[in-house]
Amino acid sequence: MTLPTTETRAEKAANWFDDRLTIAPVVRRTLGKVFPDHWSFMMGEIALYSFIILLLTGTYLSFFFDPSMAEVHYDGSYSPLRGIEMSRAYDSTLDISFDVRGGLLMRQIHHWAALLFVAAMTVHMLRTFFTGGFRKPREINWLLGVGLLTLGIVEGFAGYSLPDDLLSGTGLRIAHAIMLSIPVVGTWVAFAVFGADFPGTEIIPRLYIVHVLLIPGIILALIAVHVGLVVVQMHTQFPGPGRTERNVVGERMYPLYAAKAGGFFFLVFGVMALLSGLVQINPVWLYGPYNPAQVSAGTQPDWYMGFLDGSIRLFPAWEIRLFDYTISPVFWPTVVLPGILFTLLALYPFLEARLTGDRASHNLLQRPRDVPVRMALGAMALTFYTVLLISGGNDIIANKFDISLNAMIWWGRISLILLPPVAYVATYLLCLGLQRHDREVLEHGVETGIIKRLPSGEFIEVHQPLGTVDEHGHGELEYAGSPVPKKMNRLTSAAQRTRGFLWPVKEPAELQARSDTERALEESDERQLAGRPREPEL
Amino acid sequence: MSHDSGTHRSQPLDVEELERLPMEERAKVASAVDGVNIVHRRERFPVPGTKAERRAERAVAACFLLTFLGAVAFTVAYVVLPWRYESGNQSYAWFTPVLGLTMGLALLGIGFGVVLWAKWLMPEEETVQDRHGGRSPELDRRTAAAVAVDGLAMTGLARRSLLQKTLGLSALALGALAVIPFGGLIKKPRGLVQTAWRDGVRLMTSDRRLIRPGDIQAGGIATVFPAVQDGLTTQVVADSVVLLIRLRPGQTVRARPGQEDFGWQDYLAYSKICTHAGCPASLYEQQTGRLLCPCHQSQFDLLQDATPVFGPAARPLPKLAITVDEEGYFVARGDFPEPIGPSYWERPS
Repeated sequence: MTLPTTETRAEKAANWFDDRLTIAPVVRRTLGKVFPDHWSFMMGEIALYSFIILLLTGTYLSFFFDPSMAEVHYDGSYSPLRGIEMSRAYDSTLDISFDVRGGLLMRQIHHWAALLFVAAMTVHMLRTFFTGGFRKPREINWLLGVGLLTLGIVEGFAGYSLPDDLLSGTGLRIAHAIMLSIPVVGTWVAFAVFGADFPGTEIIPRLYIVHVLLIPGIILALIAVHVGLVVVQMHTQFPGPGRTERNVVGERMYPLYAAKAGGFFFLVFGVMALLSGLVQINPVWLYGPYNPAQVSAGTQPDWYMGFLDGSIRLFPAWEIRLFDYTISPVFWPTVVLPGILFTLLALYPFLEARLTGDRASHNLLQRPRDVPVRMALGAMALTFYTVLLISGGNDIIANKFDISLNAMIWWGRISLILLPPVAYVATYLLCLGLQRHDREVLEHGVETGIIKRLPSGEFIEVHQPLGTVDEHGHGELEYAGSPVPKKMNRLTSAAQRTRGFLWPVKEPAELQARSDTERALEESDERQLAGRPREPEL
Repeated sequence: MSHDSGTHRSQPLDVEELERLPMEERAKVASAVDGVNIVHRRERFPVPGTKAERRAERAVAACFLLTFLGAVAFTVAYVVLPWRYESGNQSYAWFTPVLGLTMGLALLGIGFGVVLWAKWLMPEEETVQDRHGGRSPELDRRTAAAVAVDGLAMTGLARRSLLQKTLGLSALALGALAVIPFGGLIKKPRGLVQTAWRDGVRLMTSDRRLIRPGDIQAGGIATVFPAVQDGLTTQVVADSVVLLIRLRPGQTVRARPGQEDFGWQDYLAYSKICTHAGCPASLYEQQTGRLLCPCHQSQFDLLQDATPVFGPAARPLPKLAITVDEEGYFVARGDFPEPIGPSYWERPS
């Protein structure tokens, strides 16, 4: 081997590492790894980036926050609360907001990122659900995802309970009632968690360590495995030309994917910074310190707790007495219901595999319309969840729209039972309709909008077939699980031309190419009679 | 990373041969080693230096410049702008928005810059990589099983039933040992039944003013606390906060059996802690005599002795027996006859 003896500095550095780690093949494989591209794959990225933002801002906040329930008299800059007795936790939260330069921005980024974290995970999960991304071999990652979503919600609740303001204290009081409601062990659970009768002095320090160490540690580990499995199993992809179960089509990690994903991190962070600077969130100084005798009207938790707030509002006042024991009406909507929901969520991949008998491995995603039952089940679940979420804010809605609060409750109770089946049927039919239209276009071609009169006097609309046609004028293309072009400007290179987010990106060369194709199509005879029997040639 | 063995295309690659190729070809050959096939690679601007290319490059550069300017502006704002809260002076209110704006622009600048760089200036490519999922080759499976089974055989665990049993036993105990220290968390539930109210404890407001009849107008309500040393601490308030109500003339309340004498003239006292989830039920509608808990909208009809009439609460608010002492102040005549607040398993009814 005659390798050049003069090494550049980069080569030197590379050799230094390779001599020690034998890492060259790993580097080559990693840099060359192919990632498929689709806008819907960004949701998980947003969740990951929100979590990184949470770690960064959370560490900053921990330099100033004091999770103590020791009573102090406020002595900071915010004069309206000066002299008022409060816990050190609330006092130090006020300090972060008013006496730490830039602290309020960090607090608000942290809170907004937390909302986005759970929201992005939820949407990411919906994407995975509706496209069948959870199917074999990815059930493990689905379970990890359900775990992450659950932990994210608990982490968020623990986080917004820390400032010990009126809103968070009220949330803890309800959490206490939920613990008390558990049959047999409820009071013991509540005393174990709170360390005393409500509120005690333990809960904030305990939530703090849970919030900054325990749960983030587990989340971090789960994210590492979750993303690691995506790397090992390789990302799924939507069907399309050249895409099979045995390959992945996209861009290599380096440089294109890394640039896009890395840039996207800064975009997410930038939007968070803008939002947090310009839109106030959780102004705890307006709520005041926690006082169990007070509550403000229109009290709302963070959005991801909203569905539980809705379910506890809607559930009837059914208190069960069993001999000398009581089952609280709080138990069913806040312990049993979420327990069932998250169990079903976790088990769904296995239930579907059992019911459909589909035990094959899948790397190609499905279009939601192609699996109407799953789509309809998902729509049903989403409707159920949405009714609960709306009911979580039904007092605000009743107030803003001048509706009776009791009417809102009854709307919620009735809708919770009636709307999901309606959503199921509607979605199922919608899927079938979309499927039929795909087949219809494949068979008869795209409507051109051109009406033509035949020699016989009959008027027909000219259809553009998508491919070759048989003797009846019917298209011979099979449905391939990917979008079927349904408009003339989605055909051939015209589809390329209509790129762009806000306005189409027009490129002269492609415009030219399009007009060439169009001219070719104009001359084609098949276009006119697509879907009709060919006239016997005389 | 996975796919270590058996997946490489057996391509006869020679280092010298590789070195002779131009870099783009070299990368293509290198990718093929890992089953990565670059099927399509197109320069965004096949003719370098066109107007369009320079325009794209300038746009990306402008994004990077925005980051520079945003970061500098952030630093200046952080140092220069007034930020401390002063009542009557709103200038501090600009601090956080300006920080967020400059920080956001700085981050968006680099974000857009890098993404647009990739989308506008870097060549577009379509690359196909082989997937190697699914079951391992049969030989791998068999050999893995052989190693695992043989290892287990080396331990002899299968035939040493004494070790099996003792090991299982100790594993159980060790598992218990891992859980047992959490016993430190367990506290015997106490205090759920009692509050700070005792016979003769006076009623006071949140500013420690004792209450006499006449302090509340007809139809009015007041939130009151036990007039004891720590009567306003969070711990006591959480159990003992009471709503003192004075009925309007002509209003009558049908009292619960055995509690007919709990009120004093037209005054009634109820626990303010909602029997549903423990929020303070604090929205009083004087006209209808209804008390609403804003957390979950339980509604109590005070004219029916605080019976729940709508929403998820199942039990009436516990009632505090009150009277007026010889000095003319309201006093409690004892604790609540039942536990206040949300239901729990052992709750005596």
